[in-house]
Amino acid sequence: MIRDTLALLRKDLLLELRGRESLPAMALLAGTTMVVLHFGLGRNTVSGSIASGALWVTLLFSATLGINRLFVAEQEEGGLDAVLLTPIDRTAILVAKTLTLFIYMTLLEAIVVPAFDLLLLGPPLWPALLQLMGVLALANFGIATVGAVVGAIAVQSRIRDLLAPLLALPLLVPALIASAKSTALLFDASGPSQIPGRWPLILALYALVFGLLGVALYDNLLDD
Amino acid sequence: MAETAIELVAATRNYGDRVALDNLSLNVPEGSRVAVLGANGAGKTTLLRLLCGLLRPHGGEVEVLGSKLPSEAWAIRGKVGLLAHEPMLYRALTVRENLTHQARLLNVEASRVNDLIGRVGMERRCDEPLRNLSRGMVQRAAAARAVLADPALMLLDEPYANLDPGGAALISPLLEDGRTVLISGHEPRMLLERSNIALGLRDGRAAFFKPSTEVSDSEVEGLYR
Repeated sequence: MIRDTLALLRKDLLLELRGRESLPAMALLAGTTMVVLHFGLGRNTVSGSIASGALWVTLLFSATLGINRLFVAEQEEGGLDAVLLTPIDRTAILVAKTLTLFIYMTLLEAIVVPAFDLLLLGPPLWPALLQLMGVLALANFGIATVGAVVGAIAVQSRIRDLLAPLLALPLLVPALIASAKSTALLFDASGPSQIPGRWPLILALYALVFGLLGVALYDNLLDD
Repeated sequence: MAETAIELVAATRNYGDRVALDNLSLNVPEGSRVAVLGANGAGKTTLLRLLCGLLRPHGGEVEVLGSKLPSEAWAIRGKVGLLAHEPMLYRALTVRENLTHQARLLNVEASRVNDLIGRVGMERRCDEPLRNLSRGMVQRAAAARAVLADPALMLLDEPYANLDPGGAALISPLLEDGRTVLISGHEPRMLLERSNIALGLRDGRAAFFKPSTEVSDSEVEGLYR
């Protein structure tokens, strides 16, 4: 399965490298959201829960776009049919799509977080950076597992563009609450404080539950 | 006596309220060449997608290469080739990248990719992205993809639609020789000449299923009226 997963992941990343259809759009949307928040909030800098909310709203919108585009190449060019005709374990498709979205989100955050620091964030980012990276990584896994499941559901539908965000947004709420609560503590005006263990635990459990759900359902989700 | 490659008993498939295949029963021996004839919307594509496991039957029984569908669909993966309207390849990738990717998933040796690139006459264009190629060249690449795992059963949905005569002559033996073949298209005379069994579909039902030599012109014309 690892060999098949890597083959599928390699293909997804190669397609993005050649087509540049997902990441630039996600980054552009994030940048626009950040600029709108910068002017819309009416202040030069923000901290605490407002800063946390601004960051996660930005990432949520971009993640939704990424989820929506996760299966586009497969559907538009019939590639998914070709994959479904091969004898691979369908779980390899789930894992590859999860890793693809995880990589997209990580690359996006490498652009968004410095921009967020520059445009909006009041307190210095550096003292909170390590903890922030940990929260982002856990949240990315949650978003990626949900995205891979939702993308597989939506790709079979004619209203894919509507269905993907409609399913993803409510499902992502628990992960976003845990993420926003965690980063609010990191962006506090008086300096970052230690994140209570329950929030990372919730994020890890969230990713695990949706990962297991995906493994259990993927065969049926991709079937006619 | 040849083994049965395909057996359908009252197979039915719907799209919402529309019945695409209606109580279709047939038995195809191994090694047969079946011409699937019918007007647009008669159920040809639905039948081919049903036989490779991409569509589930909504009624009746479907058995392909000894495996019941959909419950044993996993057993036929890699053994059934499909050449459909879509090339089932990625436009941003080169022909070689597409075939190599598919070969990895099918557990096929990389040398087979080079061999097939040669056999479909794409040595000079195989490192170009698909989006730069003409539809005929893409169809050649799609034919190479369909036969990568040397499938026992080949399902061909208008396989020569975008090809010039030279291209069709090149890929025809690759697709059809030495396997059970179901081939659909809109050139009934040509298909009948190249097949030993003919299936005529009309509104999802079998208008006829018999040796190609016994199909009359009026029966063929009746399919398209």
